[in-house]
Amino acid sequence: MPEIDKRALIARRVAKELHDGDVVNLGIGLPTLVANYLTSGVSIVLHSENGFLGIGPEPQQGFEDKDLVNAGGKPVTIQESGCCFDSAMSFAIIRGGHVDTTVLGALEVDEQGNLANWMVPGKRISGMGGAMDLVVGAKKIIIAMEHSNKDGSPKIVKKCSLPLTAQAEVDLIITEMAVIAVRQDGLHLMEIAEGILLEEVIAATGAPLLHSNGIIGTF
Amino acid sequence: MVKLCTAEEAVKDISEGMCIMVGGFLGVGTPDNLVQALVNQGTKNLTIITNDSAFPGIGVGKLQDGKQICKLYTSYIGGHPDSGKCMENGELNIILTPQGTLAEQIRAGGSGLGGVLTPTGIGTVVEKGKQKVVVAEKTYLLEEPLKADIALLKAYKADTSGNLIYRFSARNFNPLMAMAAKTVIVEVEEIVSAGAIEPDNVATPGIFVDFLVKGGKVYAGN
Repeated sequence: MPEIDKRALIARRVAKELHDGDVVNLGIGLPTLVANYLTSGVSIVLHSENGFLGIGPEPQQGFEDKDLVNAGGKPVTIQESGCCFDSAMSFAIIRGGHVDTTVLGALEVDEQGNLANWMVPGKRISGMGGAMDLVVGAKKIIIAMEHSNKDGSPKIVKKCSLPLTAQAEVDLIITEMAVIAVRQDGLHLMEIAEGILLEEVIAATGAPLLHSNGIIGTF
Repeated sequence: MVKLCTAEEAVKDISEGMCIMVGGFLGVGTPDNLVQALVNQGTKNLTIITNDSAFPGIGVGKLQDGKQICKLYTSYIGGHPDSGKCMENGELNIILTPQGTLAEQIRAGGSGLGGVLTPTGIGTVVEKGKQKVVVAEKTYLLEEPLKADIALLKAYKADTSGNLIYRFSARNFNPLMAMAAKTVIVEVEEIVSAGAIEPDNVATPGIFVDFLVKGGKVYAGN
């Protein structure tokens, strides 16, 4: 499947997890696309970690405001109902459990819900930014990512090998192949993407998947 | 009392070894004229506390470009390739801190608190060397307060008493840093007479501000 279709498929499926009125923080990259696929009638409040609520659509070219960017530094707009605040308030909203759902990417997720997404030792150090607070503080953590690494190795593993972002916080993993819930007893395969075989999902996943044959949904 | 001065005058007392807080998030809400004056002055061996090292040629990134920093407290260095390289080769001591923790450490520093307890970082490398405190059966990290010699900040408008208001996402760390440094220098786009900002709209009380520098506008249209 072409990259662009994979990302759209993942974003569309993640959007179904969001409910009307939810306060949501979308990570940089793929998670940002989720806002384009909201179910009709569902209106959410997007939180931007750099200090405001109510992220609106991208501005038209020539109408960018240099004081108004998202957490990736890209120009955005603010909705009429939006409001601005400082970084302590922004992270009080995050850490205090006032964000319903956060959607982030991952380098690795394991079967205990541990997440690694901020550092590859010796290769890339970007820093955690707001990710550690988001994963600890938001009520529901959804990982939106491609199922495998570019070299085909699994990103969903038994135990993360990279430095962790947070311990046992992930609730749901959504990829272009499957929807997987993280529970106390391990990873539960909930849905498989149309046209993908169960065996293919199992082969691409580095941890055991619990499932009931025949009752797995599709998306 | 708040004094008006130029960017050059404002940074002339910054000397090697000082600890400086700089407002901004990926360059937005960073006092560009003050940073440029510090770049021109060429002061090195600075400890910088700031959310991120921005990008090459932008915001705090300029201090990274000129290798003026020896120690950096920050949450994100992904936009500036030199930060990671200098961290790897040991040229630059970077204390990577979760963004919400950094905000609270600065707030604590300016608020007379001995630190904050946060669940963020438990079970990660961030907890290394830190005291853990259990409150109501939940474990927290004790994160100590941060203070600085000087804060270089950006606000939208000031009145002549130093009362500040900010604009959109350019607020970020600026109000917190205004409380946590011995000397607070604020670059603003406009200075209005006392009383021209409604008391209810003041985001940072003027008592925190020592120097005001009139800077250029940085929003759309310029």
